[in-house]
Amino acid sequence: MLRTRLQPLHPIAWWCWAGALAVAASRTTNPVLLGLVLAVVAWVVTTRRGNSPWARSFGALIRLGLFVIVIRVVVQVLFGDRVPGATWFTVPSVPLPSWAAGVTIGGPVTAQAVIGAFCQGMQIAVILACFGAANSLASSFRLLRCVPAGLYEVAVAVTVAISFTPQVVLSIARVRDARRLRGRATSGFRGWRGLAVPVLDGALERSVALAASMDARGFGRRSTSPKLRRATAAATLGGLVGLGIGLFAVLDSGSASGIGLAVILVGGALVTGGLLAASHGSRSRYRPDRWLAAEWLVVAAGLAAVAGVVATGSNDPNALVQPLYPLALPAGPVVALAGILIATVPSAIAPVPLPVRAKLSEALA
Amino acid sequence: MISFDRVTVTYPDASAPALENVSLTIEEGHLALVIGATGSGKSTLLRCVNGLVPHFSGGHLNGTVTVDGRSTERYRPRDLADAVGYVGQDPDATFVADTVEDELAYAMENLGVDPATMRRRVEDVLDTLNLHALRQRAITTLSGGQRQRVAIGAAFTAAPRALVLDEPTSSLDPVSAEEVLASLARLVHDQGTTILVAEHRLERIVQFADIVIEIGAAPGAIRSGTPATIFATAELAPPVVRLARVAGWSPVPLSVRDARRNAPELRQRLEANRRPQPPASPGDRVARVTGLTTAYGPIPALADVSLDFSEGEVMAIMGRNGAGKSTLLHHLVGLRRSQRGSVEVLGRVPAALGASEAIRLVGLVPQDPGALLCAETVAAECRDGDRDGGLDEGTTRAMLETILGSIRDETHPKDLSEGQRLALALAIVLAPEPPLLLLDEPTRGLDYEAKARLSRQLRQLAARGHCVVVATHDVELVAEVADRVVVLADGEVITDGPARSVVCHSAGLASQVARILAPAEWLTVEEVAIALGGRPPQDGTPS
Repeated sequence: MLRTRLQPLHPIAWWCWAGALAVAASRTTNPVLLGLVLAVVAWVVTTRRGNSPWARSFGALIRLGLFVIVIRVVVQVLFGDRVPGATWFTVPSVPLPSWAAGVTIGGPVTAQAVIGAFCQGMQIAVILACFGAANSLASSFRLLRCVPAGLYEVAVAVTVAISFTPQVVLSIARVRDARRLRGRATSGFRGWRGLAVPVLDGALERSVALAASMDARGFGRRSTSPKLRRATAAATLGGLVGLGIGLFAVLDSGSASGIGLAVILVGGALVTGGLLAASHGSRSRYRPDRWLAAEWLVVAAGLAAVAGVVATGSNDPNALVQPLYPLALPAGPVVALAGILIATVPSAIAPVPLPVRAKLSEALA
Repeated sequence: MISFDRVTVTYPDASAPALENVSLTIEEGHLALVIGATGSGKSTLLRCVNGLVPHFSGGHLNGTVTVDGRSTERYRPRDLADAVGYVGQDPDATFVADTVEDELAYAMENLGVDPATMRRRVEDVLDTLNLHALRQRAITTLSGGQRQRVAIGAAFTAAPRALVLDEPTSSLDPVSAEEVLASLARLVHDQGTTILVAEHRLERIVQFADIVIEIGAAPGAIRSGTPATIFATAELAPPVVRLARVAGWSPVPLSVRDARRNAPELRQRLEANRRPQPPASPGDRVARVTGLTTAYGPIPALADVSLDFSEGEVMAIMGRNGAGKSTLLHHLVGLRRSQRGSVEVLGRVPAALGASEAIRLVGLVPQDPGALLCAETVAAECRDGDRDGGLDEGTTRAMLETILGSIRDETHPKDLSEGQRLALALAIVLAPEPPLLLLDEPTRGLDYEAKARLSRQLRQLAARGHCVVVATHDVELVAEVADRVVVLADGEVITDGPARSVVCHSAGLASQVARILAPAEWLTVEEVAIALGGRPPQDGTPS
């Protein structure tokens, strides 16, 4: 099947790709590799994101990541373990009473401590950036459109909740303005107490209006009985949770993988059963996202990054970490670097979202 | 298509029915306009059509409502989704999806329409409502008029044979409102859709209506008929009809175009009686804005705005949705700090003052006056007002009496009509006697009577020396009260001049009377009535 002009890349493909890069980042503290992952993600986001409000979430999560790095380093300098090594400077230490044994404040700060903390903070920041990239490239709304029929009601609830949050923020701003217009306190305990009731009141009114509009547009008009519907939703959700726990057990080297496999099998069976039972509903889908060759390639590109990092890790585990004793420049393992570079492929093969294309052609005209 | 048979609706805990003994029929392919004072039961009537009353709202419905042969007694709103589309008062509260296309398809997905048909209908609706360029946009990034059209489209894609709309243009600027109404006319003419619509600003919609349903103030006083018969005597009438009554035209014209056929004769009569108007002399300066520039992220909201505000002046600020009107008011009242440029009221900067000090200098009645009200009763609200402003006890209550007349102390603010709520908010803001009074879109949801009362109050306040600034889309209000009009476009001041010349010489901002009598410069029915030697007509009553 050919891709139509309007069809964007399947949201699940984007989330798989970003997830794979996050997994790759989670396995290394080598700043060279982490920096490359960040560069790849940023490049794909700038070339392939749309212009919906969600597309800006990448920038927001980058800022959050920077904040995490700063906090991680500051916490290490002030409260962290006193790591041995070359001392850069000394923070005056505070003697603590005996009941607080084990906690230290201040002391000598070594290069190893700061660089190690920076690399750990950077790892979290890059994982956050991957999540931001997934949100920018395919908003959670689009991801929720892909949920199977058995989870439709759950997806609607989540969708409404996501769009609800910014509305509550707006409504808080409105109520604060109104309090100021009446000459009342807008901060402090009295201010906040005065906020809660009108904000909740407004939220309630909005949800009633939304429910009326959904009802008037045929929401909940299905032939299956509510009992069966609830049973299938419970089976599918329970199965998904089981799948998640099982996967975690298999991936985590510490726990027994036999139990993990069993949980995965049971979870998979529940999900399949739930989905089969729910597929008889009378809803239809408007232009469902299709899974074509480009989607496979995008997912494969993400997996290439994981493969590169994992292969390097099994051959030369030291190449994945920032060397601290002795302090040295990080290595540049070729296999891992190549794998991560392959993850830029989506910037060439994924379709450009339509509004962006329109803007480009305006700019060129 | 839609028929009501002896319908009486009583809400739970209500002492009197919201609708009483309503019988009417709307033929297929007609556009029916529902008129009536606020609180007369227009919304209830509309919500009966698809069964939201009583299935969703609770309460009791006697009699039968049938749509497309189906009775709402047996069918729930969701079962009527393929017969009736419903667009509520606040479109923003009704969106489910994040992009235009998904929102349009939502109802069809629920109905299980097959994908090929869905695709075709969405394309049809995108074309009919002129939304094609916006198809993949996030709804939150659209303007008010565009959002309203998306809401109409979302109700219309399921191919209902009837469409019900509750005040679809009340928050829109004149041009966006025309767009929405033109879309409705297209649905009626090209697709044979039956439309039932409630509106306060009749001047825009009356010419499209096939029948008019008037809900009177007395219980059970409901009548329907052709626009010409209803408006011959209706209490609520657009300016064109009131002008016809003053000038003694018969039959009553309903559109500006019809009325202009009679205009030359009336212009001649008026020419003889024209009295020269004394030029208004501006009073002392109350507030001054210099070089005000501000932005929301990358979007400029105000660009180098400089204005003086004088005592005793009513100034109207007009402009498209999003032109920067509300932003300017927020700066004047000190809710926002200026990034560049300065704002001062009587030499002080409102944003730098504490809240209780600021309200003595400048007051703002926001777009939704209900936002200011949070007490349980009118009396408690007034007491809070006295306390907030550090005023003598009873000041706010006395202000409310002068504005609104008597009102019961124990009424809950939520149970007031739109006009009464506005009056209460106005009384609270006015009680500390701020020299600068700002109103943001005050006529939203007001009927003609409440609007006329508001106009009189604003004139009185100006006469007492307040400077009154009104940000509004309502050209009729501007024609009635404003001395000076400032037009904003994309954050810049593009016009600043006397109301008469701005209103008469602008295509989009002219009042109905100005359009009918152009090129003569007349603004309102009252002016014409006085010039013709009669008394000004009492608002609403036929002369």
